[in-house]
Amino acid sequence: MAITDAPKIMTSRLGFDDSYTLERYLATGGYTALRKALTMTPEAVAAEVDAASLLGRGGAGFPAGRKWSMLRKNPVTYLVVNGDESEPATFKDHMLVERDPHQILEGVLISAYALQVSQAFIYVRGEFALGLERLQQALNEAYDLGAAGADIFGSGFSIDVVVHPGAGAYICGEETALLESLEGKRGFPRIKPPFFPAAIGIYGEPTVVNNVETMANIPWIVDNGGAAFAALGQGRSTGTRLFALAGHVRKPGNYELEMVKTTFRDLIYAPVLGGGIRGTNTLKAFIPGGVSAPWFGPDQVDLPLGQDEVGDAGSMLGSGSVVVMDSATCMVRAAWRITKFFSRESCGQCTPCREGSGWLERIMFRIEHGDGREEDLDLLMDLCDNISPGVAWPPQQTTICVLGPSIPSSIASGIRMFRDEFLVHVKEGGCPFD
Amino acid sequence: MTHFNADIRQRAEALVALYPHPRSALIPLCHLAQEQDGWLRPEAMAEIGELCGVTAAEVQGTASFYDMLHLEPVGTYVLSVCTNIACLLGGALELLDHAESVLGVRAGGSTADGVFTLHEAECLADCDKTVCVQVNHRYVGAQTPESFDALLDDLRAGRLADTVPPHGTLVRVRRSTGLRADRAAIAAERAAAAEAQAARAAAFDGGQKD
Repeated sequence: MAITDAPKIMTSRLGFDDSYTLERYLATGGYTALRKALTMTPEAVAAEVDAASLLGRGGAGFPAGRKWSMLRKNPVTYLVVNGDESEPATFKDHMLVERDPHQILEGVLISAYALQVSQAFIYVRGEFALGLERLQQALNEAYDLGAAGADIFGSGFSIDVVVHPGAGAYICGEETALLESLEGKRGFPRIKPPFFPAAIGIYGEPTVVNNVETMANIPWIVDNGGAAFAALGQGRSTGTRLFALAGHVRKPGNYELEMVKTTFRDLIYAPVLGGGIRGTNTLKAFIPGGVSAPWFGPDQVDLPLGQDEVGDAGSMLGSGSVVVMDSATCMVRAAWRITKFFSRESCGQCTPCREGSGWLERIMFRIEHGDGREEDLDLLMDLCDNISPGVAWPPQQTTICVLGPSIPSSIASGIRMFRDEFLVHVKEGGCPFD
Repeated sequence: MTHFNADIRQRAEALVALYPHPRSALIPLCHLAQEQDGWLRPEAMAEIGELCGVTAAEVQGTASFYDMLHLEPVGTYVLSVCTNIACLLGGALELLDHAESVLGVRAGGSTADGVFTLHEAECLADCDKTVCVQVNHRYVGAQTPESFDALLDDLRAGRLADTVPPHGTLVRVRRSTGLRADRAAIAAERAAAAEAQAARAAAFDGGQKD
């Protein structure tokens, strides 16, 4: 395992201070892929994405090509792009929207052509004020360039794109909640199956929902061919991926790495990547794919950064964010804060999630603050079991969406890996790290 | 007589026209209302309802779901201090404590002079620069208790006016065009394309049989 010399598919322009401008985009091959795609048939463009075996980059990892082909059987009407990045410690979409908005737009325009949609919406998290401004600016420029609007680049294909701001709700990253929000409603996830957005999406019409990072891969795939993309990575995990490294490392940041070929050890310790644990501390645990994912310990650091590899080991690559916690970290406090997050962000539709997250948060709070009881550990696990029976991975679900079964991950990991630390809080009547 | 001023009203109508169904403009219109008033006044929600074809209660019911939409007045500067996992590991609880003591308000409160509102935020997606703070949803870089004091001074003195507009103004870049592709034209275009695609598929099937 090593850091490979795979091409930078999504981050090639980020070395430039003006990476977000149209001038820089055009000077670095921008919109050539769209021009090329418009000379191909829509099916041929879709076939390239299929050949790339591009897994969706939103967190669930569903193959984008398959999502598209499900939709092509229906008269497709809308493409919705999910830029509502809110999974804690994930900051890749923030970077892509702010630093290379034209790349996303070009991906959207190509996808719109391949899918023959009638309108595209890019839903961007409201807190990304600068990103929204840059993306709107880029869209204005794309219209002026003739890349968006009526008869784009003289191809006879017309498409309108709307940049839509969210307003602060984690759950709107869930695709059906996002569609509700885009319809001007509270972000309540919809019940599915049977009807996924490909059948009944926005306004009840067939809709494809793709992540911003997924879109950012599309221009390269059209330029270089799906086979070239599929040649990177290994197994089902093809291409490169953005890994958002945060926490107690010397050099936190977004790193674009070839999937599977690189390990968590490389990401955390390689001098050109994370640079190792801060100070003289050692690695205590890490979260491999956003706070919804079960934690890993130091003995799992040699796992490759691949969707199936991490899944087989009992967690998920999820949103691609890796949170590193060093030996000075209080695991009770970490798990409490993550639980507080889910409690605040639960939409409130389903009882196990709405009530369970609040109960769990209050019990975690009292343990962290020295008011815990030994039997609280069993009580926590029992509550987790009510939210996600068995508290296993992949999780069982008792709720409409996957926010519910994500809640137990941090508490169950904390208790299973650091039971003694929980008990010390109880016995000493306080946090030993204070 | 509308509650929105002429500029906001005109922009609101342009926004509604971007969507196949007017209700989709509801959240963007709430942002616009906050640009005018700093928060969501009942009169604004009534007007948004009228523009979107729903009742004022439905506007409020939607708006109350979202953290960024304020049903009560907030300060000129909303200070969002993230305390989620990456920032927690970077000392966010200490920073929030510090912010509460220097501002003299708890998280969620506003200073008596109406300048600052302190908000304990969930992850703001800038996790390599902890502790992450946004002012009116503009990133102001990694913060420590010391830099936070300087930040407050800069805001009070108006030194960040170029990068941090008053609360409510979210997107300063305006969309330069309405929809360019006529919906009827698109329908005809797509029907022709589908026909061509079917013809290609038929030709392909024919080729297979030969």
